[in-house]
Amino acid sequence: MDTVGPAKADLALTGEGADNTQALTYPRIDCKNVSVYYDDKQAVFDVSLAIHDRAVTALIGPSGCGKSTFLRCLNRMNDTIEGAKVTGDIFMEGENINSPDVDPVLLRSRVGMVFQKPNPFPKSIYDNIAYGPRIHGMVDGRDDLDAVVEKSLRRAGLWDEVKDRLTQPGTSLSGGQQQRLCIARAIAVRPEVILMDEPCSALDPIATARIEELIDELRKRYCIVIVTHSMQQAARVSQRTAFFHLGNLVEMGDTDQIFTNPRVRRTEDYITGRFG
Amino acid sequence: MSKMPDSSLITPKALKHLKKRRAADARFRLYGIAAIVFALSALALLVIAIGTRAYSATTQYVYQTEVLLQADLVAPEGETSEAEITRNIEGFYTLVRDKLFTEFPEATQSQATRQELSELVNRLAVLPLAERVAANPTLIGKSIKVRVPLSDDLDLYFKGSSPKDVTVRVGSAGKVQTDAEGSINLTGTPGLSKVVSTRSLLEEGQTTGSVLLAGGDAVARVEALTADAARLTLLTGELEDLTQTPLIAHIIPLPEAERPISDQQIAWAIALKKAGNARRVLHTSLLTHTDSTYPELAGTLAAIVGSLLTMMVTACVAIPMGIFAAVYLEEFAPRNRLTNLIEVNINNLAAVPSIVFGLLGASLLLGTFGLPRSAPIVGGLVLALLILPVVIIASRASLRSVPPSIRSGALAVGASRMQAVFHHVLPLAAPGMFTGAILGMARALGETAPLLLIGMVAFVAEVPNSATDEATALPVLIYSWASNAERAWEPMTAAAIVILLSLLVIMNVVVVFLRRRFERRW
Ligand SMILES: Nc1ncnc2c1ncn2[C@@H]1O[C@H](COP(=O)(O)OP(=O)(O)O)[C@@H](O)[C@H]1O
Ligand SMILES: [Mg+2]
Repeated sequence: MDTVGPAKADLALTGEGADNTQALTYPRIDCKNVSVYYDDKQAVFDVSLAIHDRAVTALIGPSGCGKSTFLRCLNRMNDTIEGAKVTGDIFMEGENINSPDVDPVLLRSRVGMVFQKPNPFPKSIYDNIAYGPRIHGMVDGRDDLDAVVEKSLRRAGLWDEVKDRLTQPGTSLSGGQQQRLCIARAIAVRPEVILMDEPCSALDPIATARIEELIDELRKRYCIVIVTHSMQQAARVSQRTAFFHLGNLVEMGDTDQIFTNPRVRRTEDYITGRFG
Repeated sequence: MSKMPDSSLITPKALKHLKKRRAADARFRLYGIAAIVFALSALALLVIAIGTRAYSATTQYVYQTEVLLQADLVAPEGETSEAEITRNIEGFYTLVRDKLFTEFPEATQSQATRQELSELVNRLAVLPLAERVAANPTLIGKSIKVRVPLSDDLDLYFKGSSPKDVTVRVGSAGKVQTDAEGSINLTGTPGLSKVVSTRSLLEEGQTTGSVLLAGGDAVARVEALTADAARLTLLTGELEDLTQTPLIAHIIPLPEAERPISDQQIAWAIALKKAGNARRVLHTSLLTHTDSTYPELAGTLAAIVGSLLTMMVTACVAIPMGIFAAVYLEEFAPRNRLTNLIEVNINNLAAVPSIVFGLLGASLLLGTFGLPRSAPIVGGLVLALLILPVVIIASRASLRSVPPSIRSGALAVGASRMQAVFHHVLPLAAPGMFTGAILGMARALGETAPLLLIGMVAFVAEVPNSATDEATALPVLIYSWASNAERAWEPMTAAAIVILLSLLVIMNVVVVFLRRRFERRW
């Protein structure tokens, strides 16, 4: 109970902060009282927050605090986990994506996801990108598909590196390239939101830097939510930051404010490295 | 810091530990190697034992001759229809037998000797010849070269397995005379002393066995024997031949009454072989003939086809059913009490003895559903039930080996669960699934017990045409051949085992190939 109280109080504050930035960016996703249970164990407690369009929102917090679980609510990937149950409302463009009438398959074509470990399909680079557009019937004919593949790879900053080897398996690329391939794969179905769950945790610093650059670039077109355990990364790439602890949203606000002037004591402790 | 020299890595205690660990390491490796050596030598022993036994069945002795296909014998009523000619086995047999009579005219003297000579070739051995002529009636009236298998007893004799025949070179014959009673006397033949000593060695001093002397086309039986003289009875050929060529003595220690072939028959056999009319040829009929009561005519074709038909039914039922069950259980079914129960039961089912499935097939498929007895369809269904758990378990294991990240990746770009499974998981799991399926099929191919219970043990002389025809399967054929008493079946059984093992090896090679070819690539 002790933990829930202040989190709610903070939310009211961050809500005001969010209002200030709304002039620049528009909330694309609005979460209201989202809780997640794994069987009977609750992993996310009553989280309400707004995620802004054309901005990067970072979810930070110690491991096991429910960041990934919360992220998976946004494209209903929790539906695929046995025993997981999500309550609360998540509005996207005014529609509640948790409504039983929403087709999670359609939702996932609008909300792309990139995982912690690069997971390209064991197929050619081309087929990795083309798979999404194909199953959604987004393209007519080969030329159209070629164009989509090229555009997606360009946006993911991978085109120049792979344009001569599109038929080679996606798994033959380096780790960083594979992760950018996965980003391109997500982009190819023309999503509005891209979720990233610790996309750099399996990569070396140089590959990480490239992905971070890419995220910054993608921000201009997409709404991005990134889970990261690295506070430096959150500070570098995000405009908004949400701090989770033990399944609660402790504080959310503009990244500058969270890192320079946190309102809650626990946030400060975490950021300064006193726990986590 | 000052304690550095004390904490050296090489202390007596550390050395002792290292030595102990190295010894344990070496011991463990030794056990492993010993186990592998044992397993390999057991395998080698098996292969050698079966291989040497089967080897003699790879060839067969045939009587090769030229016969004139007389129309009055082959097609007595002027009938040239295929069925009529094929049915006229008696006519073809007469042709071959008469040929033997012209070769050995002495046999025509009495009904008993006629019978004895006829026994060299089985009546049914001319069936392939009859079929050949029936298929090509223009051959009638022409002279053609034919090969008919010699009787199994003769085949065994030629191959040296029974009765045993020890040959001794006698050299020059000395003087040959016919005395008043008509018996032939051999005198002044020093080579005979070798025969006497060898014989007494083989027969342990007794003279119950036979000694035959062969020279040229002639073969004579020794009635009385001394170191340089012998009294003989001519069994076949001309007397002069005995004098002209160096003599060979055949010592057969087994008494005539105790063996399936008489001295007279052995004499003809020796003469046939010498004349080049008894030839050792590749035993192709082992693969092209169906089962027979006579080992020299029996083949495995019907059983191979029966096995293949059975396997086809098994594959058509067990593979799709197993794969669908596995995909459902692994990818779609919720984890609850019921699915746990199903899983436990599938695992238990895999351990049920195969004969139980045979009982089930007999009572349910034959009894309740009234399917035909001895049919591959029933055998196939029973074996499908038998291997279904194995296929399901192997398929589930191979589905489980596909990393979940592939599924999430597909779901995250908006694939439905079905699409994720069919586009991504199944192609990756397929090699493993097929491996499991083929291993299951290999097990089914070797199963005997359930097939016995549903009647697939019947004697089948016709190649089955469909899965509902009466049929038998290779392991069952092996079982019934192995329970035959005659010695000639022993190499035949071994050869059938080799055929079965070859099919199994082929299946395993396919498995290895599949594994190599579709090695997972992520
Ligand atoms: N599939 C699952 N089944 C049961 N519990 C889970 C599952 N995934 C995560 N959890 C639990 O939910 C809590 C939050 O996990 P997660 O969201 O993965 O944390 P984070 O990503 O912040 O490290 C943890 O206590 C974890 O044990
Ligand atoms: Mg996580």
